[in-house]
Amino acid sequence: MQSQTEYGYNSKIEGDVVLTTVDAALAWFRANSVWPMPMGLACCAIELMAVGASRFDISRFGSEVMRFSPRQSDCMIVAGTVTYKMAGSLKRIYDQMAEPKWVIAMGACASTGGMYRSYATLQGVDNIVPVDVYVSGCPPRPEAVLDALMKIQEKIKKEPVLQDLVAFKQLAGK
Amino acid sequence: MTALESANQIKARFGDLVSEPAEFRSEITLKIADAEKIFDICSFAKGIGFDYLVDITSIDNYGEDPRWTVLYHLRAIGNGTEFRIKIDVSEEKSEIPSVLPIWRTANWHEREIYDMMGIRFRGHPDLRRILMWEGYPHHPLRKDFPLAGKPTELPGVAFTRVTPMEGGPFVTLPSSGDSIEREPRVRVPEQAEPGISDKRLK
Repeated sequence: MQSQTEYGYNSKIEGDVVLTTVDAALAWFRANSVWPMPMGLACCAIELMAVGASRFDISRFGSEVMRFSPRQSDCMIVAGTVTYKMAGSLKRIYDQMAEPKWVIAMGACASTGGMYRSYATLQGVDNIVPVDVYVSGCPPRPEAVLDALMKIQEKIKKEPVLQDLVAFKQLAGK
Repeated sequence: MTALESANQIKARFGDLVSEPAEFRSEITLKIADAEKIFDICSFAKGIGFDYLVDITSIDNYGEDPRWTVLYHLRAIGNGTEFRIKIDVSEEKSEIPSVLPIWRTANWHEREIYDMMGIRFRGHPDLRRILMWEGYPHHPLRKDFPLAGKPTELPGVAFTRVTPMEGGPFVTLPSSGDSIEREPRVRVPEQAEPGISDKRLK
């Protein structure tokens, strides 16, 4: 019977061990289950539905769980024209999302106001919330949205989760 | 019964209050001299079969008096005839009776006109803005309101800024010319006639 206190090299478990840092592991968990908050405001939302459906299948990236509750989502996908009337609600939903959170501005309207140069339209959602990835297109192809999601994943993987957490705890303790 | 016969029936009932039915491209328009009588005329029109209020629209004749024109598009579902009623409203008054008791669909149409043009509807039970938010100080469809908007602030609710127009507004040209001629671009009014190509092209 094998001793339980054997710390040295064990040929029986060779190949089943992955060495990593806690930071990288946590970031990896985060990056592969980004739950989107589908902020569907206009025609881009139809394209966002296509991203979720079988042909493009956003679940390949761990993001199939579209949450219509800001409390349960990580990444707000602003899909469509943001009017000033909607801007207040959008900001409020963003504020309700738990940290850490990311934002994709999907399409020309969400990024810059698009063709709607008028009194009624917010000229880019970055006026009210911090945007991580902008997607061009009117509306963008589903592949472009998936590309934006992959860019978010890359960004998440580079974030020092534990360091941030420790720094935050120290800050809160003071 | 055709639309013209219905219009003549209204003309016969209200006399001088109603203009002769004007026909343009087989569409009938009745002009009403007194905007205050719109309720009576509309309830009579409903009585003779015009059970569907298609739309209420408003026009800003900026610089003219009276400033507003309000149009009621009526349709009889029964025989498929349509005509419209036109009334003038002065800017000082900016108020007309609501037709909501006749057609309930008038509710949102009237709210939209109130929101966009600032014409009030007397007797409307819920005359709030419908597109812009409560507290927005302007009526954006008026001719003297700039397309780029005016900066407004309503703390905690909403705000607007002036939109960067980048030389716009960009206007398409309705003509049979090629797509280069028709495409949206900056046009000064005297160039905006069909067939006159943009100076920037030359």
